[in-house]
Amino acid sequence: MKMTGAEIVIRCLQEEKVEVMFGYPGGSVLHIYDELFKQDQIKHILVRHEQAAVHAADGYARSSDKVGVALVTSGPGATNAVTGIATAYMDSIPIVVISGQVPTPAIGLDAFQEVDTVGITRPCVKHNFLVKDVRDLADTMKKAFHIAKTGRPGPVVVDIPKDITAHTCEFEYPQTVQMRSYNPVVKGHLGQIKKAVQLLSSAKRPIIYVGGGAVLSDASDKVRKLAHHLGFPVTNTLMGLGAFSGIDPQNLGMLGMHGTVEANMAMHYADVILAIGARFDDRVVGNPENFAEEPRKVIHIDIDPSSISKRVKVDVPIVGNVPDVLEEMLKLLEGSKPDPAQTAAWWKRIEEWRSKQCLNFKQGDDLIMPQYVVQKLYEITKGEAIVCSDVGQHQMWAAQYYPFAEPRRWLNSGGLGTMGVGLPYAMGAQFAHPDATVAVVTGEGSIQMCIQELSTAKQFRLPLKIISLNNRYLGMVRQWQEMFYESRYSGSYMDSLPDFVKLAEAYGHVGFRVEKPEDVEPVLRKAFIDHKDDLVFIDFQTNREANVFPMVAAGKGLTDMILAEDL
Amino acid sequence: MRHIISILIENEAGALSRVSGLFSARGYNIETLTVAPTEDASLSRMTIVTTGSEEVLEQITKQLNKLVDVVKVVDLSEAAHIERELMLIKVRATGKDREEMKRMADIFRGRIIDVTDSTYVVELTGSSSKLDSFISAIDTGLILETVRTGVSGIGRGDRILKV
Repeated sequence: MKMTGAEIVIRCLQEEKVEVMFGYPGGSVLHIYDELFKQDQIKHILVRHEQAAVHAADGYARSSDKVGVALVTSGPGATNAVTGIATAYMDSIPIVVISGQVPTPAIGLDAFQEVDTVGITRPCVKHNFLVKDVRDLADTMKKAFHIAKTGRPGPVVVDIPKDITAHTCEFEYPQTVQMRSYNPVVKGHLGQIKKAVQLLSSAKRPIIYVGGGAVLSDASDKVRKLAHHLGFPVTNTLMGLGAFSGIDPQNLGMLGMHGTVEANMAMHYADVILAIGARFDDRVVGNPENFAEEPRKVIHIDIDPSSISKRVKVDVPIVGNVPDVLEEMLKLLEGSKPDPAQTAAWWKRIEEWRSKQCLNFKQGDDLIMPQYVVQKLYEITKGEAIVCSDVGQHQMWAAQYYPFAEPRRWLNSGGLGTMGVGLPYAMGAQFAHPDATVAVVTGEGSIQMCIQELSTAKQFRLPLKIISLNNRYLGMVRQWQEMFYESRYSGSYMDSLPDFVKLAEAYGHVGFRVEKPEDVEPVLRKAFIDHKDDLVFIDFQTNREANVFPMVAAGKGLTDMILAEDL
Repeated sequence: MRHIISILIENEAGALSRVSGLFSARGYNIETLTVAPTEDASLSRMTIVTTGSEEVLEQITKQLNKLVDVVKVVDLSEAAHIERELMLIKVRATGKDREEMKRMADIFRGRIIDVTDSTYVVELTGSSSKLDSFISAIDTGLILETVRTGVSGIGRGDRILKV
């Protein structure tokens, strides 16, 4: 049967079992929207800004193991989507973004709402396509989903000129994808895995360093099995939180710029590092030269060979899908456990570092400490909420004070550091998990970057809980200015903030303001229990001067930490 | 270190920009870049001359392999290979220079492929350094125009880059 390009797009999405997509209509995608109207298999969520459509699709993918889908129009629709695409790219999130394009004959003529979408997005996608013939459409859509979710996942853009959506051809959805240029490795090299197991078995000061790749590949169970079998200490990266349980005694907490003393010290002084889907980025190892001074062996499991030996030299590289490689490792380790005596001295050192209790803070009677709010949030949600954070101090506090027992419950922009992702991430997560408790941990700066989505949340009755840690400063900027620019708070103070309670109410939601420490818990209870089914915006007026500690200043060695007590 | 990288890439619109964009975005050098379809019209062969440390080269090959359109990548300079570049050079050829220019072209095994009463166009093929030598061997004041293709390279003997 002949179908139009627009029908084909929708049919392809149905074939891919897409249930929810986020979008914003416009001239170039009108045919597609018309087809969307005629069916009820795919639910379309109308956002208020294309950036949020892509963030929401991204949040949907992060919180589930499905591919997120966004639909935007040409020109400004596509350029607005770019921040969302780059955000997903930096964190390897599988999404497919369909963008409208001006009709083929108009391309290159500076037509109304024309932009070179493929050119603009090229450096921040895993791959992109411009469909020039309706007969290529189904094949391209299939490839787009395949590329997005296989190998190291990432965003794929499919740019479709308007005339292509009107042209017709026979529709047949390909069942398989054949690409001679794209065949990601799955199984790790057995010889390398054996070498890794030998190193691990003889390690005296081992550490398992788990990143976002373990979350994305759903390797959490195997990471736990391996860590428990070996009895080694584990540290999660910001992106890896929850891959290994945050409440497991073997967990040393997050490492890196705002990592714990025990995690950073153990990482630095380890004799064997097992890196699992983590990439030694500059927020983890700020100074590769300093890091290299300590002799050690590094084993690195990653599906992307280019992540291996990029910043830190790796001794045993293992290219492969994390769960497949871990499965092999577990097989080889069967029946042989490293003697705990071998690592006893190491654990003793770790306990000494731990005893510093570097995350301690004092909550007085006067000012609300932001850390305290996160702790109470943890208690009230029993640690089971999906927490979506924005970017800044609140992000680090959420990462430090809300231990995640399970993966895919912590959504944040780790790579690109995009302020404004929190609310749209939460929308995406709530659509993926309609019954879950979804909280946004944000600040008065970040939340205003996608505040318009409060309207989307109302339209679709999303009972999100927005925890805004309002310190009337762009806190992380202010912290750096305090520490490295002699407290010259250039551009980090925001005057004329809105009344967030009224703002929430104006959008049809419930708003509370909390100014005293004793009100933190009762108001959180009210929000999560009494107003379970409402979106509640809580404006916590927090201590303006609170800083995130420990801190490794940019470019410093991991052991060079500034602690709260140092100041 | 100078390296010659050969790439087989799907012959599709934008393939070149994916490769050149990768080099500029990640700060890698490109000294020369040549590209044309192979005997299989669905594939293009690209030769890139670049410089960088071993670590940088490792990243370059890995990043190139990561591009979805790239089928194969080889660092030709890792083993025996041949490199050739073509130059067309237009020179002033009048008076005593006319005979001298003919002689130089002969010495370098170049061919004169266009003649007017005052100019020659010399076609010269060889390694990049041979072309450089020709330029420095003649009186630079006589050079009117130079166009070079950049390096094409191929492995010697059994080293074959094919799908």
